[in-house]
Amino acid sequence: MKIGVLALQGAFREHILKLQALGVQASEVRLPEHLQGLDGLIIPGGESTTMGKLAESFGLLEPLKSFTRHQPAWGTCAGLILLANRAVRQKKGGQPLIGGLDITVDRNFFGRQVDSFEADLDVPALAEVAQPEDPEGPFHAIFIRAPAVVEVGPNVQVLTRLPGQGPIVAVREGHLLGTAFHPELSNDLRFHRFFLRMVRER
Amino acid sequence: MMEPITGTFTVKSGLAEMLKGGVIMDVTNAEQARIAEEAGAVAVMALERVPADIRAEGGVARMSDPEKILEIMDAVTIPVMAKVRIGHFVEAQILEYLGVDFIDESEVLTPADEENHINKWDFKVPFVCGCRNLGEALRRINEGAAMIRTKGEAGTGDVVEAVRHARAVLGEIRRLQSMAPEEMFTYAKEIGAPYQLVRMTAEMGRLPVVNFAAGGIATPADAALMMQLGVDGVFVGSGIFKSGNPARRAAAIVKAVTHYRDPAILAEVSRNLGEPMVGRTVESMSDDERIAHRGW
Repeated sequence: MKIGVLALQGAFREHILKLQALGVQASEVRLPEHLQGLDGLIIPGGESTTMGKLAESFGLLEPLKSFTRHQPAWGTCAGLILLANRAVRQKKGGQPLIGGLDITVDRNFFGRQVDSFEADLDVPALAEVAQPEDPEGPFHAIFIRAPAVVEVGPNVQVLTRLPGQGPIVAVREGHLLGTAFHPELSNDLRFHRFFLRMVRER
Repeated sequence: MMEPITGTFTVKSGLAEMLKGGVIMDVTNAEQARIAEEAGAVAVMALERVPADIRAEGGVARMSDPEKILEIMDAVTIPVMAKVRIGHFVEAQILEYLGVDFIDESEVLTPADEENHINKWDFKVPFVCGCRNLGEALRRINEGAAMIRTKGEAGTGDVVEAVRHARAVLGEIRRLQSMAPEEMFTYAKEIGAPYQLVRMTAEMGRLPVVNFAAGGIATPADAALMMQLGVDGVFVGSGIFKSGNPARRAAAIVKAVTHYRDPAILAEVSRNLGEPMVGRTVESMSDDERIAHRGW
């Protein structure tokens, strides 16, 4: 199995380290030809406007759209924004999106950096993939100037919300996965295991 | 389950992680901020004057007018940074209240304290600080900095000091990795850095926080040079809005940082950028004109 990580900008190195820790071959994707032969793609955290701009400049936007139409993909934070069909509070003049997830995201739902936070999330679906060496119980999630999912289509599965019926922060729709937080920064491999199982099942 | 918690070192250094592979640009108004965002900047640094003008005009350089900073925060969706004088923790309290995303405790402004930097653990907002070598970087991290930048010599358009400082930090880390554990205690004392951070750096093989380059970067090739030397991203100050075609140059530097190892792309993006900033060689400057030595 070979997983690509979009390496235009952001925390791509952290995803690659997580994949390597799970014994999976990982490669950086910067140009359209780097998508060849991949079984899945991760779009990391970073700035969605920067990644969108760079994808557009190097003719990567259309190849990414056709890849994610059929192949498994997972977006974290900025990656979630890029995989959303609709985003509110975009930059003036709008920004390029890859789309695929039938959701609306609010780009800086939680506010500015001083509002960034850590929280424990109850994610029942992770129990299916957890290994004995993994942490038990809630997933300790890190939200950095994070988006939230404010609207979901009928085929979207809500994986978790913030505690107390808070906003939706993780979703799955078929072969696409989106998280508003950064499992690449957490000391926990369960979300990466969950995505790799989606790739294997494909 | 723990309650959500803000302002931890994890979320502060986490924002720096998200800026990696990106370009942070100095801007002085809303229009420039939008040009920077449109070009693909990962963040902007809100200033009243870029370093080249601070140099030219002289006088005491202070935190920018909050009105100016708010205007820039309102204009873009990407993170907004702003500078405070070294040691001026009240300027930092004001910026934190305004909601800026990152504070640069910067030698580009006139220092307010010639012995102490700000205790950055007191703040929920993350700080970036300059350094010229590993000891200085680790002292700043010990004070709570969530990100480091090598200083270079701001406002010159001469990359030589940026290279010197990046090579110093990265070279010292390489030497550290070859040291016996007992040598690290002495080394920590020699460079004036806490032993725990020295050991952590040796184990990680890099600084414990994200490290950008700054001070004199003016072209896509300069930016790619710093990336190949091993930094995580670049700050471009006067280099963009003191050049002939800021929008084009800004976009070219963003592309160069992503594709820093690809000479074909670097050649393409370097074409027809118009006049670079005029610049001044650091060699021609007297010691008291240089600002990198500010900070201790």
